[in-house]
Amino acid sequence: MKTSIDASEPQVADQRARQASTGGRKVGRRGRRTRSVALRSLVVLLLAVVAAFFLVPLIWLLLAPTKTDSALIARSPFAFGSFSQVATSWNHLLAFEGGAILVWLRNSAVYSFAGMAIAIVVGIPAGYGLAVTQFVGRKTLLVITLVVMIMPSTALVLPLFLEMNSLHLVGNAFSVILPFSFFPFGVYLAYIYFTTTVPADLLAAARIDGCSEWKTFRYVAAPLAMPVIALVAFFNFVANWNNFFLPFVMLPSSNQYPIQVGLENLLSSTPAFNPTIGGSQLAVYRPEVALAILLAIAPVLIVFLFSQRALVTGLLAGATKE
Amino acid sequence: MAFTHRAPSVTVARRRPRSVAGYAFVSGYAVLLIGLGAAPTVWALVLAFQKSTGSGFAGAGNFVQSFKDFRFLPAVEHTGLYLLIWLVSLVVLVVGLALVVHTRGKRTSTVLRFVYYLPGALAGAASVLVWLFVLDPAVSPISFLLHGFGWTSFNQVIAPEHLPYVFAIMAFWTGAGGWILVMYGALNNIPSELMEAARLDGASPWQLALRIKIPMIRKWIAYMVILAFATGSQLFVEPQLVSQASGGLINPTWSPNQLAYAYAFQLNNFNGASAISIDLLVLGLICAALIVVRTGLFEAS
Repeated sequence: MKTSIDASEPQVADQRARQASTGGRKVGRRGRRTRSVALRSLVVLLLAVVAAFFLVPLIWLLLAPTKTDSALIARSPFAFGSFSQVATSWNHLLAFEGGAILVWLRNSAVYSFAGMAIAIVVGIPAGYGLAVTQFVGRKTLLVITLVVMIMPSTALVLPLFLEMNSLHLVGNAFSVILPFSFFPFGVYLAYIYFTTTVPADLLAAARIDGCSEWKTFRYVAAPLAMPVIALVAFFNFVANWNNFFLPFVMLPSSNQYPIQVGLENLLSSTPAFNPTIGGSQLAVYRPEVALAILLAIAPVLIVFLFSQRALVTGLLAGATKE
Repeated sequence: MAFTHRAPSVTVARRRPRSVAGYAFVSGYAVLLIGLGAAPTVWALVLAFQKSTGSGFAGAGNFVQSFKDFRFLPAVEHTGLYLLIWLVSLVVLVVGLALVVHTRGKRTSTVLRFVYYLPGALAGAASVLVWLFVLDPAVSPISFLLHGFGWTSFNQVIAPEHLPYVFAIMAFWTGAGGWILVMYGALNNIPSELMEAARLDGASPWQLALRIKIPMIRKWIAYMVILAFATGSQLFVEPQLVSQASGGLINPTWSPNQLAYAYAFQLNNFNGASAISIDLLVLGLICAALIVVRTGLFEAS
């Protein structure tokens, strides 16, 4: 965009010559006004192109299960097929490995919710303890929490596998649930919340009234912390639901897969990407895979649609320091 | 912005009860931190320095061996090129888009931010699968573009030399929206008096963006770059699934993390796998420490 403004004279002349020959609109020499109109429409165009980049794959995905595999190839990518075709795709998908898709979705729900429950039960008190109590090692724990929170969680996957392997826990649901529940980001969110939003005087008053430390937390601080609990629950759930690498290495058998690993399994079993696979008895083609993707993302997408505000707040947690 | 952070005042610090209660509150979390953070790291370190042919101290043997592996350098190069493309596009496009979106009207900017952010719901395998379709000229909604480049088959689109770009596009699709939100929030935090003063001094929108806005959100740009670098260096799902869909065209050790995976799962060489994991872990730790220490965005009061 910068070049279009700073376009030097020879370039402009060159452009004009070309435009004159093609009968194009003249820009550049007409003065500031034309230029700013051109720039403004360029900006609108840019924003629209970027929006299309983000939306087009999603729209295609929504429409894909309404068409047959051959219609996906033959018809326009944005054509709508029929609802009955969605039902057909669903039946085909359900027939895959005797309803494996349902097992995968259930597994995802179990792992994600179990991990989330532990993350909250353990993480919210930890954030509280870091925020309002004093103990040896508090600062160290806080710094470690920050570093682990920022470090990509994938970096720990293979070390975790090696650990679980030597403990003979590979293949156990807890080899996934426990790492899910270790959620330093949630602890940090709770810490920030308790240091900034819950007044220290309120907690002091509870103590003066005879509350023990535990009761102060349980009956005064925790009820006030509902917003941050919801936020931690949300972020942890999304992270768990979308996690691929950890369950991929930890859980070897198909009936233990969460949906993300199930999708990978589906990919390797569809003739759409694996022509070597005999497609005759399998009916998992592109519409079925697209439907499976939609099912896999539905829970997260629904939460996204209804909690954008909370999400933004969470993304900016720690953002607004100065 | 409910989490406006203010350093706790002295009075708060004084009121903190010094008791065993603190330990009780953090105990559960500390157990998880030790068991699932520290222990695996230490265990991986132990394995990395152990001989793969049984027990015994291997020194740097496993690290040297993995460096010398004919697949290691290409994997680092692939990921490096991907990171370069991804980071440049992040800095240029995310900051550019955030600046532009920020100048739009309230409603337009809300809609745009939401649209840009929506694909963020499709992390993990789901987004890769979507892109496998989008990049397959037979069914792609952008087949006209693919054909325009002269690519008529899926394998042509995912030719090895295209992959760093392909993965950068995937990463941008799911990740850029979130960063645009962050930058937008940071832009909102610039004091309006400052902008007003600059405007009165005759600053053009361009000067405003280049001289005031970008310098004011510099910290956040640094944060984004370091974090994206750390995450990108761990690349696994994308090459794994693309390699699978390519029917053997793309080698399954495209990224270092995949190579570590192959060491553990195909060669049964846990020591070699540990060595590469430690490389990647150290890289991640350095990035995280850099953010905490240098950007000053996160204060541990």
